Amino acid sequence: MAHGTPTATAEAHQPKAGQFFWVWGGLLILTAIEVYLGYQNMQPLKMLFILLGLSIIKSALIILYFMHMKFEIRSMRYVLMTALIVCLCLMTVFFADAARIISLGVR
Amino acid sequence: MADVAMHHPAVEAFEPPLFRTNSKKLGMWLFIMSDSLTFGALLFAYSYGRISNPAWPMPFGSPSIMRASIMTFFLLSSSLTMVLGVAAAGQGRMSAAVRWLLATMLLGTGFIVLHAAEWTGLIHEGLTPFKNPWAAGVPQFGGTFFTLTGMHMLHVTLGVIYLGVVALRKKWIPILLVLWLLAWLLTPASSPFHYGAHVLLLGAIVASMILYFKPKQYDAVDIEVSGLYWHFVDLVWMFIFPLVYLMSTRIT
Repeated sequence: MAHGTPTATAEAHQPKAGQFFWVWGGLLILTAIEVYLGYQNMQPLKMLFILLGLSIIKSALIILYFMHMKFEIRSMRYVLMTALIVCLCLMTVFFADAARIISLGVR
Repeated sequence: MADVAMHHPAVEAFEPPLFRTNSKKLGMWLFIMSDSLTFGALLFAYSYGRISNPAWPMPFGSPSIMRASIMTFFLLSSSLTMVLGVAAAGQGRMSAAVRWLLATMLLGTGFIVLHAAEWTGLIHEGLTPFKNPWAAGVPQFGGTFFTLTGMHMLHVTLGVIYLGVVALRKKWIPILLVLWLLAWLLTPASSPFHYGAHVLLLGAIVASMILYFKPKQYDAVDIEVSGLYWHFVDLVWMFIFPLVYLMSTRIT
């Protein structure tokens, strides 16, 4: 009982409504930056990494604040997020092959 | 008396819940993780094709980007209304929570309508899953584009149906059936949405089975779980919008 009941723990860490508006505003600003970058003629691979970086920041904001992961217990955060991130990172192995094709001109 | 209950062997037989959270919430998180990998695979397939093909088509002009930006605004705003609904439900203000859920459904429907208009425009230009009018040597563009965005549109549609079940319960079924008839009868037979509208009919059948065979008053936890699903749908679009639309802009 030292950690308190789940309900008591959750109630102690409830976010304020104003915080949601700040996160929403941040997400809109990051989206505006992405749209601005879309109008620049950048090299595709460079563009891909910048847009992926911004998308990861946006998804972190959504998971932490909108999906309440910031207010869950630490073990849940680590177990769920580590598994997901590792699995998604494994898929990036294909990008090396895509870069090889475009660099070497392989068809 | 309380001490007797606390030390009863039957009480000790139950383990505390995993991560000290509600099992419904944990179940939704596990579903979200598996669905993330599905979308991850589709997104990586699209991005692989995009960066390995110098001739990848660039079909999205300024009108498309503007429309997709408004769609992004709709989804981000729907996440805000959803989280405000979850907060209201947590404070016991259920009627306010229902109003926020209805606002979320409205924004989600706006997203679907705009996305359908975007698809229709591209189909009229000659895009199919097997060929595109911009780059004949890159036939996989249509397949990857329609699979990825179609899968997401299906998730948003199911999300609106899900929120309708939680917010309106049995009152939602006739509304859903009217929406199905409108979507079916008002779209031409050549449009994929003429057949896609039947998702609403299937949704109405499944929702009826749930609402009539297992009727219940949905509580704050149910609203929070539906919110997790809705935010996930929003989160996936945060990757689709830049990787599909902004990576293939036709802006000079």
